[in-house]
Amino acid sequence: MQLAKNIYAMLCKDFKAEFRRKEILSSMLFFSLLMVVIMNFTLNINKDILFENFSGLIWIVFLFTGVLGINRSFINERTNDCYLGINLAVGESSTILISKAASNLAFISIVQTIVIPIFFILFSIKWPLNAFAFLLVNFLGTIGFVFLGTFLSVLTINNNSEILLPIVLFPLLIPLILAVVQASNLILKGLSFQLWGHWLGLILVFDFLYIVVPILLFNFLVEV
Amino acid sequence: MGKKLGYALGIIALLTVIAANYLIFIWVPAEKVMGIVQKIFYFHVAAAWVGFLAFFIVFFSSIRYLLSFNDKWDWLSAASAEIGFVFMTIVLLTGSIWGRAFWGHWWTWDPRLTTSLILWFIYAAYLLLRSGITQQERKARYSAVLGIIGFIDVPIVWFSVRWWRTVHPNLMVEGGKMAISTKMTITLSLSVIAFTLLYAFLLPRVVKLYQLDNRIQKTKDIIRNL
Repeated sequence: MQLAKNIYAMLCKDFKAEFRRKEILSSMLFFSLLMVVIMNFTLNINKDILFENFSGLIWIVFLFTGVLGINRSFINERTNDCYLGINLAVGESSTILISKAASNLAFISIVQTIVIPIFFILFSIKWPLNAFAFLLVNFLGTIGFVFLGTFLSVLTINNNSEILLPIVLFPLLIPLILAVVQASNLILKGLSFQLWGHWLGLILVFDFLYIVVPILLFNFLVEV
Repeated sequence: MGKKLGYALGIIALLTVIAANYLIFIWVPAEKVMGIVQKIFYFHVAAAWVGFLAFFIVFFSSIRYLLSFNDKWDWLSAASAEIGFVFMTIVLLTGSIWGRAFWGHWWTWDPRLTTSLILWFIYAAYLLLRSGITQQERKARYSAVLGIIGFIDVPIVWFSVRWWRTVHPNLMVEGGKMAISTKMTITLSLSVIAFTLLYAFLLPRVVKLYQLDNRIQKTKDIIRNL
């Protein structure tokens, strides 16, 4: 109960800060829109090939915009020693990780709900029949990505180099990205669950492992 | 490790490497279909074994570090990652050369190849993370965490790529036929032993380097605070 309360309080704080600063959400949104536009200019391929690679393109955009947002989440806590304050207020360190991941997930999901339809419109791809499965797979993929990313961003922010997060994060994410892209490609083609069910299983395993293990290890990263 | 023991290990490793080279280049016959190119296989497999072993040592000593906070384990995992990175590079290079000669192209997205490549990237990330952090204790903790997280990823990568490339024929099984001859098995075993001994010889040396580096840092801190 206390855990839920703390997470809720942290979420409220993050949202309040974001609505005052208007930094993460807007920059992520415009960056991803820019990438969509750039892809439209640079990729001169016919519709069949585009259709085959569509979810791959979406995920390239998600990865780069996601890293942009995740990198900010802990950096903003460094000014005025906010991080110390949070640690003292919350106490349990894994709560910080969970709530930070939750707020990152919320921001990235907001961006995704805007960008995914734009993607479909600009590339003139037909909306999949099984839209729920498509969105579910993408959301589950985002959970794993955001959780691991948030955790690793704690490792990399202390280096004062934001470039390190993608270098550390992307190799680890490869199975997840592979699974999400393959599954959503098959869903886009309207194929049945039997053909992409195992990919969903892989996504779930990845999500589970990379939620549990970071929570167990996060205590080692906290320094007050 | 005692100095004498280290020297003895070095000499044994050197002799084994020479013996393995003799077996590879002179004693063992070349495979009929592939010809002389097949001999790179002895280096390739042995290096791959050491690369994966080194990564397991990183994982193991990372856990030990987080349990004990003893610097010794941090040096061990860092040294193992450094050597493992070199061996993984050898694996990728020799594999590409062999693939070019036998398959006709430098690279395929076979599970084994892809897993090795990802492992190589994780090693690189590990070493980059270490090089960026100046504070000793923090560096040890952070890289231990990454060492554990990275190791967990390897089996998932393996499964995902295998599912992705089910249509792809498993070329390594075809390649496995060449190990039928006993001469080849002996040669391969000896070269695996030689590479493992080389790793066992190098590891304490690199650990020692880390230890000395740590001592220099500590001395510097003392001088600065005078």
